[in-house]
Amino acid sequence: MKEDGDAAIEVRGLTKRFGDKTVVDDVSLRVPRGSVFGFLGPNGSGKTTCLRMICGLLEPTAGDGTCLGFDILSQRREIKREVGYMTQKFSLYEDLTVAENLAFVARVYEMPDARHLLQQTLERFDLAGRQRQLAGSLSGGWKQRLSLAACMLHQPRLLLLDEPTAGVDPKARRDFWEEIHQLAAEGLTVLVTTHYMDEAERCTHLAYLAYGKLLVQGDPTSLVQQSGLTTFNVTARESADLAVRLRALPGVDLVAAFGKGLHVCGRDAVALRAALDAVAHEGEVEVRPGRTSLEDVFIYLMGQTPDNFANPSSASIEKGGAS
Amino acid sequence: MRAPIHITRLLAMVGKEFVQMRRDRLTFAMMAGIPMMQLLLFGFAINQDPKHLPMGVVNGDSGPLTRAMVAGMQVSDYFRVVDADLSASEATEQLARGELQFVLHVPPDFERDVRRGRHPALLVEADASDPSATSRGLSALSEIGRRAAREVLKGPAAPLQQTAPPFSVTVHALYNPEAHTAYNIVPGLMGVILTMTMVMITALAMTRERERGTLEMLLSTPVRPLEVLVGKIVPYIVVAYIQIGLILVAARLIFKVPFEGSLPLLLGAALVFVLANLGVGVTFSTIARNQLQAVQMAFFFFLPSILLSGFMFPFRGMPDWAQAIGSVLPITHFLRVVRGIMLKGAGWLEVAPEVAKMALFLVGSLTAAVARYRRTLD
Ligand SMILES: Nc1ncnc2c1ncn2[C@@H]1O[C@H](COP(=O)(O)OP(=O)(O)OP(=O)(O)O)[C@@H](O)[C@H]1O
Ligand SMILES: [Mg+2]
Repeated sequence: MKEDGDAAIEVRGLTKRFGDKTVVDDVSLRVPRGSVFGFLGPNGSGKTTCLRMICGLLEPTAGDGTCLGFDILSQRREIKREVGYMTQKFSLYEDLTVAENLAFVARVYEMPDARHLLQQTLERFDLAGRQRQLAGSLSGGWKQRLSLAACMLHQPRLLLLDEPTAGVDPKARRDFWEEIHQLAAEGLTVLVTTHYMDEAERCTHLAYLAYGKLLVQGDPTSLVQQSGLTTFNVTARESADLAVRLRALPGVDLVAAFGKGLHVCGRDAVALRAALDAVAHEGEVEVRPGRTSLEDVFIYLMGQTPDNFANPSSASIEKGGAS
Repeated sequence: MRAPIHITRLLAMVGKEFVQMRRDRLTFAMMAGIPMMQLLLFGFAINQDPKHLPMGVVNGDSGPLTRAMVAGMQVSDYFRVVDADLSASEATEQLARGELQFVLHVPPDFERDVRRGRHPALLVEADASDPSATSRGLSALSEIGRRAAREVLKGPAAPLQQTAPPFSVTVHALYNPEAHTAYNIVPGLMGVILTMTMVMITALAMTRERERGTLEMLLSTPVRPLEVLVGKIVPYIVVAYIQIGLILVAARLIFKVPFEGSLPLLLGAALVFVLANLGVGVTFSTIARNQLQAVQMAFFFFLPSILLSGFMFPFRGMPDWAQAIGSVLPITHFLRVVRGIMLKGAGWLEVAPEVAKMALFLVGSLTAAVARYRRTLD
């Protein structure tokens, strides 16, 4: 087994086309071993498709790479044995009970001492009390927990989690993230997709995908720095049309609601400052220097990239023009 | 470790299928219910040999020959002579009302004409709305008439009945000339029932994995295609043998169909047939996008199986193109095997060519299934 440095996943130029629609476009990723890697991006940006290619469920149209040192094109079987993949949609058998589902997974991975392992897993994920319940009759959050238990049962070295906390209550979500960090500390690598900013902030690494293209990757603080955004907190007593007014100003790239006030961000710090000073001068508006949040960065990034999937004909025109 | 099947994983698949099958009440009921219903419908209601059919006689001649014929009908199982002396108009009316199945018109001077060798015609009006009942009755009627003539026509008229029947029977009705009996239909039903349940249920079972999204989980584990396929197929082989058992018991106890040949031979040949159908089901499931499509495809296969196999219509009586299609289908050969073994006591040598043709189909369908099975979600 050849270990590729200390990267759990290393892919280059990963591309996936469905028909003439490029869903994942030339994505290169490096996920260090032991990291908690957050994978972000708007709906339909290709996160799930990327995960599927990494764990051998979809054949990439182009690109190559390794996952745990195995080639993602030719060593799919080896990868599957070492990777735990939690699908976005519940994909265990709804007509089997909790225990039957886990027992099935244990046997499919040929785990030794499956009975003991099953008992251990049931307890660890708090599922023992529900083990005889049909999986289909669990609530959404419990289904997520069962899925997580199932994908960790075979003690994988890499977890690919596709929106594992969608629909999970806040306490369970916090427990889940504590568990994730615990596992990472033990050397497990976790690649997780999410739409929650608080979760993104807890990741050691982040990558942001928009419409199939990887826009940025790095740790959360460096992402904020890379964005080059300067941010001001703006509050006003009469704020009905404030956001609209601010957006029209020169130097303002982003206006986002933040708590009771607004975050106003721009790449050109000087122009932004000048514009906001002018507004503050008119009175009733208070402008204070603020801290750029991850959310600001991502909303800014989202605004920067056109949705080239929204209209297939315009996408193909674009492509035709490029070639 | 390159073995295409690993026993732990295979057992996991098989066990899971059995549990799911047990929980899916409707499918389970279908697997037991469909054979029983078809058996009762086809075997009993539709094709039972007609018995004691109501018959009326419009008698223009009450000589000894006619009386002997009426008496013959009276004692036969087929007819119940309701009224031996009807007027023509009464007869028509009762036939129309469905009170009579047959009306026999004996022309005036019938017996005299017979004795003079004029070959008079007996007219039979038959209610053809139930063609199978009618056809059996009519052939019985000719036979009864012939026997009566043999008895009555002695002395100078005796030579008449040695060459040809001394009279003819003209039938005014349209009917199916094929006389199916339970002997023929019940063994045939084994093929029909197995085709229907095997193809449909396996096609559904695989498509369900795709539709419910569980295929994505399954594909992300190390399970191999062959383990999935075999895991899906094994439980249905068990189901098939339960169905075969049910049919054989019903054939014996309810329909009194003889069993002349070897049971192990039949069970062995059935395995080839069942696998051939399972292969078709799995192939369909790799093509179908959802369960509805899977059912539609199963029916697409089922229709020629029932129509062109010799189950509904005699195989040799079909046009060439229909025979050509029919001889590709495994059920055509299976019907010959089952009928051969059960009714004629056919042995290994006689059924071997038919089994070989089913095996050929089996190889084709399983190859298609394995080739079409995808390892990825593309
Ligand atoms: N099998 C497929 N055939 C055609 N198009 C597909 C297929 N699978 C995904 N797509 C398209 O690829 C794009 C990316 O889908 P994907 O599921 O990877 O997005 P995502 O980032 O996971 O979105 P979400 O946040 O909503 O889960 C979408 O536009 C989707 O319609
Ligand atoms: Mg997704």
